[in-house]
Amino acid sequence: MTGAGRGASVSLSNLERRYDRVAAVAGVSLDILSGEFLTLLGPSGSGKSTTLMMIAGFETPTGGDIAIDGKSVVAMPPYRRNIGMVFQNYALFPHLTAADNIGFPLKQRGVGKAEREKLVREALALMQLPDHGERYPRQLSGGQQQRVALARAIVFKPRLLLMDEPLGALDKQLRENLQLEMRRLHAELGITFIYVTHDQEEALTMSDRIAVMNGGLVAQVGRPEDLYDRPGSRFVASFLGESNFLPAIVRGVEDDIVVAECEGSIVRALCPGRPATGEKVMLTTRPERIRFADGAFASTAPQNRLSVTVTEAVFAGERCRYMLQARDGTAMVLKEPSSAAIRRRAVGERTEIAWSVADTILV
Amino acid sequence: MSEGVEIRFEGLAAGRQSGVRLPWRLSWRPVMPLLLAAPLLLFMLVFYALPVLSMLMRSVNDPSWTLSHYASLPGDTVFLKVFSNTLYTSLTVTAGALLLGYPVALSLVRAPRYAPLILFLVLLPFWTSVLVRSYAWMVLLGRHGLINEALLAAGMIDRPLRILNTPLATQIAMVHILLPYMVLPIANALRQIDPSLARAASGLGATPWATFRQITLPLSMPGVAAGVLLVFVLALGFYITPAMVGGTREITLSMLIAQQVDQLNWAYAATLSVLLLATALAIIAVFYRLPGVGHTLRASAR
Ligand SMILES: Nc1ncnc2c1ncn2[C@@H]1O[C@H](COP(=O)(O)OP(=O)(O)O)[C@@H](O)[C@H]1O
Ligand SMILES: [Mg+2]
Repeated sequence: MTGAGRGASVSLSNLERRYDRVAAVAGVSLDILSGEFLTLLGPSGSGKSTTLMMIAGFETPTGGDIAIDGKSVVAMPPYRRNIGMVFQNYALFPHLTAADNIGFPLKQRGVGKAEREKLVREALALMQLPDHGERYPRQLSGGQQQRVALARAIVFKPRLLLMDEPLGALDKQLRENLQLEMRRLHAELGITFIYVTHDQEEALTMSDRIAVMNGGLVAQVGRPEDLYDRPGSRFVASFLGESNFLPAIVRGVEDDIVVAECEGSIVRALCPGRPATGEKVMLTTRPERIRFADGAFASTAPQNRLSVTVTEAVFAGERCRYMLQARDGTAMVLKEPSSAAIRRRAVGERTEIAWSVADTILV
Repeated sequence: MSEGVEIRFEGLAAGRQSGVRLPWRLSWRPVMPLLLAAPLLLFMLVFYALPVLSMLMRSVNDPSWTLSHYASLPGDTVFLKVFSNTLYTSLTVTAGALLLGYPVALSLVRAPRYAPLILFLVLLPFWTSVLVRSYAWMVLLGRHGLINEALLAAGMIDRPLRILNTPLATQIAMVHILLPYMVLPIANALRQIDPSLARAASGLGATPWATFRQITLPLSMPGVAAGVLLVFVLALGFYITPAMVGGTREITLSMLIAQQVDQLNWAYAATLSVLLLATALAIIAVFYRLPGVGHTLRASAR
């Protein structure tokens, strides 16, 4: 064991997996820190599972390297890697009871019967299933099966836990409970979690960092709020949360702020690079960060403003959702927290909207 | 999750229940297909069921109503010898078919690229008649057969081995003929095991051998039980093969029955036949009650 804490560090360098001519994973480089909760987020077919399977050892990379705690594991069979794994369908052994399922990895490691029973009992208690040890998997509900699978994956105290859409088959309520439980477990165990999901809300809620995958590549890595506030590409902006996209033409650069012409107005946006004047670019902003700016609107922060027409108004309980059309025809979405004190906008109404320069990103 | 695996644990109660419930569910709809089968059913009734039944009846009504034929069996040393020999032969053939058949079934499922070839080789005995196959074994196993000639030529023996006309010859030939009945149900059960289970086991630290022992093997047991049942019951009634390659010293029940029919000992032959049938049915009944076996049998019949 290294002194790097209870969690393993994982380093993927140029990892690649090709099937015939298609690349499921096309060169992923990613450093996962000890004790981190990292989520691989991406649409179906983006290579998340394949990446995870290669880390676990069930798939052999066709290129690149995987190092765990600095040592390459590519040539090591899965049963020597000492990694916990939870599968989407749980993969519980149907002929073994919950207790025997959880005891399975301990048995493989030669843990004695008495010690095994003690550890299994503890794991069942940790998963809040103290009385379910003697049941067979088919006698357990989906959520209970999920927790048995989780208990089985951590009972042998691995330093790395891999999970492939472990909550995918559960209903929303249960999923949200288990999300919190996973966070708690992560904090309690202090080991490294690599979590795969296509659900952006789940990724945002649970992760220390998210790696957004697309087409077998990592599009962007970062903390949830960084990815959400500063998406680095149009793909990330639209996959992670909802985004408005505004075509614009660069008119100048002031420090790290781009001044651009958009829908007949001058709009400012954050930009890490230095686009050339006259270049056609795309600006993005989040629907919930735009406000109606007529009437009693005041702000100290620098604002962008546009004139729009309301084309659709939907009341959705906790918020209202408006479809807007800018002067040159670009469609936008605005989300406003609902309140009886706020006047609802009518379809066809012409008005002004405003949002912070800090919430405007050039992608 | 695979269906076979789930049914394996349904237990006795559930198995019985579904067996009972089904007939009451029949509505008018199955009547048409049943009518289509009527000519065959009639044929079977007239030319198979009735003759067999009248033959079997002779064990209790020849020359008049009596149970004496059965009563004398426990003291009949010839019968006891032949019966135990038959059971022993079936048992060894079943064991041999299992030992040879399980790895074949495993390769059939694990090496899908070669599956067609393996399947062809396994099913080869089906395409030739039992008679031809038994003649082939006579040629192979005989005093001057291929095996003896080869062993002699290699200098491994200096006198031909006596294989033909021994129980060993019967067992070898029967294993060959019955192998498909072992391989197919086992392969079917193996195919139904969710492949992610073996992965999970491996990820949890189980070596390939431990994974086989603790996951694959137990989950394939319904297939093993189905294969054992089929081979054992078929082996019990085997006639042509033991008659042709097994010699006359260690005969089986079916050979004894044939002998008795030849000598027009109808009542004795009928009694032995009933006993053979009852043994087979009893074994089928016991095995069908094992969880998952019935399902696997039905699935591999498709
Ligand atoms: N065994 C395979 N043979 C061929 N293509 C595969 C295989 N496994 C995965 N792929 C392809 O690789 C891509 C990535 O798959 P996967 O890693 O499962 O994506 P995700 O988990 O993100 O949905 C998909 O386009 C898939 O079709
Ligand atoms: Mg996947």
